[in-house]
Amino acid sequence: MNLATRYLGLDLANPIVPSASPMTREVESLERLEEAGAAAVVLPSLFEEQIEHETMAINAALNFGAEISAESTEGYFPEMDNYNTGAGDYLGKLRAAKDVLSIPVIASLNGTTHGGWTLYARVLEEAGADALELNIYIVAADADQTGAEVEAEYLRLVEAVRAAVHIPLAVKIGPFFSSMGNMATQLTEAGADGLVLFNRFYQPDIDLELLSVEPNLVLSTSDEMRLVLRWMAILYGRVGASLAATTGVHTVEDVVKLILAGADVTMLASALLRYGPELITSLLDGLSGWLDERGYESVNQARGSLSQLSSPDPKAFERANYMRTLVEYSSKV
Amino acid sequence: MSVGSEESVDPAYIVVDGNEAAARVAHSLSEVIAIYPITPASPMGELADAWSQRGEGNVWGTVPEVVAMQSEAGAAGAVHGSLQAGALTTTFTASQGLLLMLPNMYKIAGELTPCVIHVAARTVATHALSIFGDHSDVMAARQTGFALLASSSVQEAQDLALVAHIATLQTRVPFLHFFDGFRTSHEVMKIAGIDADTIRSMVPAELVAAHRERAMNPNAPVLRGTAQNPDVFFQAREAANPYYDNVPGAVVAAFDQLAEKTGRRYGLFDYFGDPEAERVIILMGSGAGATREAVDHLVSTGEKVGVLVVRLYRPFSIEHFLGALPASAKTIGVLDRTKEPGAVGEPLYQDVAVALREAGRSGTKVYGGRFGLSGKEFTPQMVMAVFAELAAESPMPHFTVGINDDVSHLSLKVDADWAEPAAMTQAVFYGLGADGTVGANKNSVKIIGEQTDLFAQGHFVYDSKKSGAITVSHLRFSPNPIQSTYLISNADFLACHNFGFLEKIDVLDIAGEGATFLLNSPYGPDEVWAKMPRRTQEQILEKGLRVFVVDGDAVATEAGLGRRVNTVLQTCFFALADIIPKDEAIAAIKESIRKAYGKRGEVVLQRNFAAVDAALDGLHEVEVPSQVTSSLEMRLAVPEIAPDFVQRVTGMIIAGKGDQLPVSALPVDGTFPTGTAQWEKRSIAPEIPIWDPEICIDCGRCALACPHAAIRIKVYDPDAVETAPDTFQTKAWKSKEYAGKNLTVQVAPLDCTGCGVCVDICPAHSKEVVKHKSINMEPLLDHVEAETANFDFFLDIPEMDRTEVRIDSISGSQILQPLFEYSGACSGCGETPYVKLLSQMFGDRILVANATGCSSIYGGNLPTTPWSQNEDGRGPSWSNSLFEDNAEFGLGMRLAIDGQSKTARQLVQELAPQLGGLATDLLEADQSDEAGLHKQRERVAELRSLLKAMDNAQARQLDSVADYLVKMDVWIVGGDGWAYDIGFGGLDHVLALGRNVNILVLDTEVYSNTGGQASKATPRAAVAKFAAGGKPTGKKDLGMIAQSYGNVYVAQVAMGANMNQVVKAFAEAEAHEGTSLIIAYSPCIAHGIDMTTMMSHQKEAAQSGYWPLYRYDPKAEALDKPALRLDSRKPTIKFKDFAEKEGRFAMLARANPEYAAELTAAAQADIDNRWQLYEQMVDVHRTAIFEDEEEQE
Repeated sequence: MNLATRYLGLDLANPIVPSASPMTREVESLERLEEAGAAAVVLPSLFEEQIEHETMAINAALNFGAEISAESTEGYFPEMDNYNTGAGDYLGKLRAAKDVLSIPVIASLNGTTHGGWTLYARVLEEAGADALELNIYIVAADADQTGAEVEAEYLRLVEAVRAAVHIPLAVKIGPFFSSMGNMATQLTEAGADGLVLFNRFYQPDIDLELLSVEPNLVLSTSDEMRLVLRWMAILYGRVGASLAATTGVHTVEDVVKLILAGADVTMLASALLRYGPELITSLLDGLSGWLDERGYESVNQARGSLSQLSSPDPKAFERANYMRTLVEYSSKV
Repeated sequence: MSVGSEESVDPAYIVVDGNEAAARVAHSLSEVIAIYPITPASPMGELADAWSQRGEGNVWGTVPEVVAMQSEAGAAGAVHGSLQAGALTTTFTASQGLLLMLPNMYKIAGELTPCVIHVAARTVATHALSIFGDHSDVMAARQTGFALLASSSVQEAQDLALVAHIATLQTRVPFLHFFDGFRTSHEVMKIAGIDADTIRSMVPAELVAAHRERAMNPNAPVLRGTAQNPDVFFQAREAANPYYDNVPGAVVAAFDQLAEKTGRRYGLFDYFGDPEAERVIILMGSGAGATREAVDHLVSTGEKVGVLVVRLYRPFSIEHFLGALPASAKTIGVLDRTKEPGAVGEPLYQDVAVALREAGRSGTKVYGGRFGLSGKEFTPQMVMAVFAELAAESPMPHFTVGINDDVSHLSLKVDADWAEPAAMTQAVFYGLGADGTVGANKNSVKIIGEQTDLFAQGHFVYDSKKSGAITVSHLRFSPNPIQSTYLISNADFLACHNFGFLEKIDVLDIAGEGATFLLNSPYGPDEVWAKMPRRTQEQILEKGLRVFVVDGDAVATEAGLGRRVNTVLQTCFFALADIIPKDEAIAAIKESIRKAYGKRGEVVLQRNFAAVDAALDGLHEVEVPSQVTSSLEMRLAVPEIAPDFVQRVTGMIIAGKGDQLPVSALPVDGTFPTGTAQWEKRSIAPEIPIWDPEICIDCGRCALACPHAAIRIKVYDPDAVETAPDTFQTKAWKSKEYAGKNLTVQVAPLDCTGCGVCVDICPAHSKEVVKHKSINMEPLLDHVEAETANFDFFLDIPEMDRTEVRIDSISGSQILQPLFEYSGACSGCGETPYVKLLSQMFGDRILVANATGCSSIYGGNLPTTPWSQNEDGRGPSWSNSLFEDNAEFGLGMRLAIDGQSKTARQLVQELAPQLGGLATDLLEADQSDEAGLHKQRERVAELRSLLKAMDNAQARQLDSVADYLVKMDVWIVGGDGWAYDIGFGGLDHVLALGRNVNILVLDTEVYSNTGGQASKATPRAAVAKFAAGGKPTGKKDLGMIAQSYGNVYVAQVAMGANMNQVVKAFAEAEAHEGTSLIIAYSPCIAHGIDMTTMMSHQKEAAQSGYWPLYRYDPKAEALDKPALRLDSRKPTIKFKDFAEKEGRFAMLARANPEYAAELTAAAQADIDNRWQLYEQMVDVHRTAIFEDEEEQE
């Protein structure tokens, strides 16, 4: 079975790509992922905010207490040779991954400042990333900021990074746009070679014991795949960018459905954390089996075959499902 | 010295302070360096340790072995051993540290062993400790047999350090090389450096080899350190004479060699001034700078004067001395920077007098004088006063200069008329402690020193508070070498980095005519005038100052630097001072930022660069009006209602005018009244805690946790607040314990440091708005007026009767009046809550022996003392002896109390017939609780009134010791540096004696006061000075050592982890009839944490098992209970989870992740092992039970 696909202009052996997660952090687990059949890997995001925070914390600790008295005129900590602040640690891991893997390595970046996005994008390109995924997540908490302004910020970012680097560029976004389709088009025009739908981030929770807010992340389930499925199907054939489906990809069925809807690749994180890298092997086997059973020759053949453009019921992807199910239910009675 | 007097030398200039200058040479010529921290010499050890840690070698390429010892005595022992075994060895010290080295110094010298000890000369503690510079320490070493070589400047600290290392190898006589503490050790100066090649070329290899030849070696065994008898000791002592005779010549030769290599020429005695001088001052150390300036000035006016600067003080070469002293000298004034009470005169004076006598120059009159004790300013005006006195018909013998002695009338009158050296730019900066002002100024000195032909000098003055302190930086720039070794009094440029200072100190007092004044101001150029105090406006107008403002806080905050205003104001300084063209200056500042912070990361650089770029946009000149308009007066140093002594003396010191106090104003024996911190209203908190009684649950945690006694609790009858101000808050006490009473939690708004620990620890919050607690930080300015009135009213509410309070509970302990209040400790200090608790629970009956360290500084550093008294005038009586002897010091107090108590009881018995039943009551009184104590005090009062009526010697004697019939406690308090390291021997002995003393160890796990050096209390994996690569070994288990005696009560506590346990432990320790030891976990700024959350860190310390809580009560066994009781649960979180939130551990994880992981794993194993051990210890019974005893009978 020919599972080959193309994503961001990269030729991949199959459509299974581990997305950014702790699983892609260390070289050892990356090697296991490759061995299990991953077609490419996305490294965890380099968080500019984290770098800034850590750097300033080190700086503050070194300044803290300095000049506090005549007996302690310097800071309380000895100056060290190196504090490994900045992107050094990340770049080291990226280079190591490039050294040992033969599959494409996609670096991921989450910036906070314009300068930071472009600076680190360049640094990641120089370190050898085969492609770059911009992991953009803006919580529009400012009630005075309009949707158009938020969208413009996304586009400015993508344009700036596009101008700064030459490697393929994927943009990973959330689903919270008034007009997802239009946003996808605009992002593509701004320079995105691929769209990764959708990212999942920490969500706040409340600790009822401590009455404190505790943001955390829970692993996804297959149910969450359906939102992605909708937009894969709607966008397939309508935007120039390649499409990566992520969030809720756990089973062979999930993979097949997303490919039928139009995904160039499907990305996994929670499922890999739960079942280990070997899951990829069984997904690939299952995908081959499913295609084979139904007489498909390749993934490419199946891709988008149930997208909105190709589906016998294109309206199904736009339906207000709640109403519809109720009607069907009552009609059955 | 004459710089550049030799040809063909083009020195490479460097900008360093005296410590670095000396330490660099010492490190480059040593193989072994034994160190111990002591101000002001600590930086030498720290630098040497850091260089070796970094792999920097000596001039032969070997990285010197640097080892931190447990005391200076230990360091000296290690030095001695290392020398015996043939290594080139050095150490650094000062003051008491040098005194602790004396015994070994005799040995090292007696064995003719080449060695150099570098000393940043500092006052030896007498009536008081002082960290500042004078020669009392080195003068105490002059009889050891060490040669003494004195440097008087930073340049000399480098050059003479080198000469000392060469000459000691040449002569075999060990050298003590010294320079003045702070004035030279901490003065940043542009000097000509010496490179490693030059140094190496000056140290003959054969001398090093000869040193090794003499080493102990089993291949050529010898024996040294014999015991000798009257028959030969004397002769053997004299046998070394020729070696001492060689020293002057060898030092001259080394000086010649130095001159040849560097062009800088020194003599054993260097003379400056008129070659035909009639009046000559002789002195050594940094005072030479001011003296030379005065001499230059006087000579230019035609006076025949000069100064002889002593460099090689021991051995004192009369020949060289006479060679340098002009034959024309008729009257000599010898200035000693030390005092030797009872002597004919001070040491240098005596030497000079004897030398002249031996030389037969009895016609030359010699007068001795004292100056500069404890770093007292020594100025050219004072020098001129000395010359004036020497010109008098009969000059005053044994005079002093620099003070006003209205008791012995020995001081010279100083006329303040002095023209600063020409072409000098003088700039003074007032900064807030820890705001980076000093660091930025050091940078400015470096920039100007390294990038221009100008000479540059920086000297920095700190006040004695650790929170809200003021730093003053004195910077000089000049085309000529700078030798002004005194503070600037006529500044061309003045910067005030904190607007609030204007009301507190007379910032512009030292501004010169037409000077530039840069003010960090939240008010713009148009509004700032109206906000200035009247005094500031007056000075601006009188002196015709140009005034500039910049909102440094806003610029820094915008750039992401928080309130660190240093780069902003540094940039403004360069823009206004016009020393370097603006663009070049900005580029240079950025380069210096890159050098200083480059390693920390790009973000730090970019933010600082942004602050530099934005600074000048925010800089505005103020159009100065022609009239004084302000009615705002400067704040009084102390309120007018303060006691007389506080008004006359303390207030002057607070106002920065202590130099003006005459001798008569000061106590003769170092005894000061307590309870004076209450008069020093510092008002340093931008935000203070405000109480919401609606939510309060009466727990008392806020007051217990408050490091400054600025949150208080009183419980009282409701009618006590009938006349309270409208804003005063009160609530009914909820539980039945104090039913019917009311409660107030009150902030002391002007004493609070704004640390926020109380808010962090408050467990009560609003149902509607969770972030609203029962106390909340709110802006001081919104509340200061009301809360000041409320606090005044609060203080007048009667204290609750101690007999009615359940003292051993959290809330009960906090109802008691704190007798330790408003200390100068760091904001959020982890030590002081324990000290305050101690004062509340037992303060009316305790003597405190306090080891030198943070607690002796915030507890006993002038101007004010936090130890205070209750309304009966009772309170802790406090004293500090030394760093190393505190346990013994406290034990002595116990012995004295017990002795006098015994006397008193005996006298009561003897007088029993006259005293009737009172005698029995007095002798058999139960004083185990507050009621018992109260009754006994009443009995003693009654006894005293009966004694008054008795007319016999016994009655008088009993009256003098009657106080000792009431229980008195001794508390021995100190930090881990004392308890684990330098004082451990004494502590151990006191534990072993079993006498009734209570020992409180405030364990910050590091030498906090001297800047964070590792002690044996420092945990594995933490980064500290002297453990820059992360401490590889574990912490000493002091509690287990104490438990091994079997009769010592031991508690390990952490207030933030379990407040109740802390209070219980204090109560049990006090009640224990024997020795008790409390080891109290004390978060410190050295931990690299936000001190607001210091209580939460303690919680995690206990949860992780890093700091297990326990109490070991030897009495429990008798009751068939386990002696050891674990008060914290089995660890629930990992060490890593606790450690990664603290800078001391996180730093290593950043700098060296692999090694950090290794040490973290080892630290986790330490915790696991210790917990397992402790769990087993709970079941251990010490008392042996012989089951077969009865059978045998």
